[in-house]
Amino acid sequence: MRQTATDMLWKVGAKGRRVLLGRQGNDGLLFRAVVYALLISIGFVYLYPMLYMLSQSMKSLSDLLNPGVIWIPTSIDLKNFIMSWQVLHYPTALLESLYVSLPPAIAQAISTALVGYGFARFEFPGKRALFILMLFTFIIPVQVVFIPLFVMFNNYSLLGTPLPFLLPSLFASGLKSSLFILIYAQFFRSIPDSLEEAAQIDGAGYLKTFVRIVFPISVPAIVVVLLFSFVWQWNETYMSSLYFGNTLTTLPLQLQAFANSFALLYPATQSVSGANNLNEAIQMAGTLLTILPLLILYFVAQRWFVEVVDRAGITGE
Amino acid sequence: MKARMFMQRHRKAIAGYMFILPWLLGFMAFTAYPMLYSLYMSFCKVYVTTTGIVTQWIGWSNYGYAFFTDPQFLQTVAGFLESSILEIPVIIVFSLFVALLINQPIRLKGFFRAVFFLPVVISSGEVINQLFSQGAGTIPLVQQYGIVSFVQANLNPALSTPIVAVIQQLVLVLWYSGVQILIFLAGLQKVNSQTYEAASIDGASPWQSFWKITLPEVKPFILVNLIYTIVNLFTNSLNTVVILIKQDMFDVTTGYGYASALSWLYFVVIFVILMLMVLLFGRNEEYGMRRAR
Repeated sequence: MRQTATDMLWKVGAKGRRVLLGRQGNDGLLFRAVVYALLISIGFVYLYPMLYMLSQSMKSLSDLLNPGVIWIPTSIDLKNFIMSWQVLHYPTALLESLYVSLPPAIAQAISTALVGYGFARFEFPGKRALFILMLFTFIIPVQVVFIPLFVMFNNYSLLGTPLPFLLPSLFASGLKSSLFILIYAQFFRSIPDSLEEAAQIDGAGYLKTFVRIVFPISVPAIVVVLLFSFVWQWNETYMSSLYFGNTLTTLPLQLQAFANSFALLYPATQSVSGANNLNEAIQMAGTLLTILPLLILYFVAQRWFVEVVDRAGITGE
Repeated sequence: MKARMFMQRHRKAIAGYMFILPWLLGFMAFTAYPMLYSLYMSFCKVYVTTTGIVTQWIGWSNYGYAFFTDPQFLQTVAGFLESSILEIPVIIVFSLFVALLINQPIRLKGFFRAVFFLPVVISSGEVINQLFSQGAGTIPLVQQYGIVSFVQANLNPALSTPIVAVIQQLVLVLWYSGVQILIFLAGLQKVNSQTYEAASIDGASPWQSFWKITLPEVKPFILVNLIYTIVNLFTNSLNTVVILIKQDMFDVTTGYGYASALSWLYFVVIFVILMLMVLLFGRNEEYGMRRAR
């Protein structure tokens, strides 16, 4: 009797232990709890600057100065957004940002797809060397080529137009093109080639096969490249500040000049209220407005994104 | 028959060249030619005049100036290297850690993946500047628990300065890990789950399977990530060396020629470091750079 009781107790204990710690060491409750705790805390650290920005941007001046108000403002103050909307010249800057980012992104998504397909599906002499050369361009710092490019675009009077970004993108040499070619090449290799062979037996040429068969089923890869290309182009300030001069502007460039434009638009007054002084909240509102289009885009596109990573792996092999 | 097959193969090779032709042209016009031109400029004093660019050959003077006269260049590069020596391992280890976490059978996998990848989308130089100058870059907890003063009190300055620098911009360092997490995740997903089952039947603990199965499988991806991290850190627009080069470009006393010399020196530094990494981490039979078939 006693024997069976301890036996049962032992069994229950073992079962409990199994639930808690798991059979393989990574399926127990305890392990799961640790994983979630870690993910949530690291996730918080990751999102901290974003949350901080969101909370700051909505604070009124009194909230900003009140040490009791940490995360949640006493009232939602949209004045910061209205002010920074004007300081950034938002509608103009947004349109011009799109104007200089979207065409190069589309051009790059198409041209790098062609090149990636060439590397993925064809055999030709020198392919390996060319592929390595292509990867090699990834590590060349932009400073090495930037001055001659600047001089060249200046000679052809292309400065102040989106062409200094569009032209290299058309020839698969825009920002981080080698990364995109690599992503495409890996993706195309993951597609079974029977479809293309069938199309070729039916008499379609290589380009036609690519346009009609391969391109339509590569939507996830295209979306990812388009997204990356657009985002990086959008965020680019190093070259664009020099390429565009005073003729064109982008949201990040406007953000760079935020303090100066603010002083121009709202001349500092001696008033006690300090209503016209640039504060943290207004700056955070401006930053949020600058990245808002990217955030929206990211939440729309991220489902494709996961698919591509699962299918091809960003690096493949 | 044979001739036809030969033609067929020929046709295919030509088609291959046609597909990569855009890149070949782009490479020549926007990479190879500018590189040669800037190499030439680095040996010149470059004057910008109303009619165009005038170059005057001055041999190695620009390089000599960078090494022996310029008070800033070597110091900036050294300072940057010092901080990146610590940042690079932090990024690699952290991204592997997060990838391992996400790779567990968890709920909301997509959500977590989206969170960890978000910084890649928004982290441009200017946005980071704004966020971090407003104090959003450090977590108050780190300051509150006095980790910084603890490190400063217990290590000699040569060691503690870079460590404190990393702690103080921890979020920034972590924000640079987005792509690396994805790369590791892709690597982890290729490990056969049966291998783990077999190992656990044989009595291996998760700790052991990590060192014996996961790490060897992931090793090629470590090199890929090292390369990506280094290129990313060395060329992003917040980098102090990059900023210095841009300043020198528009400085009348130094100008385009000197800026070109600096960028070439910097390129050599990056190249040497990357080669070291390939030698250190890519020696296995399956070297890390994806085979280019």
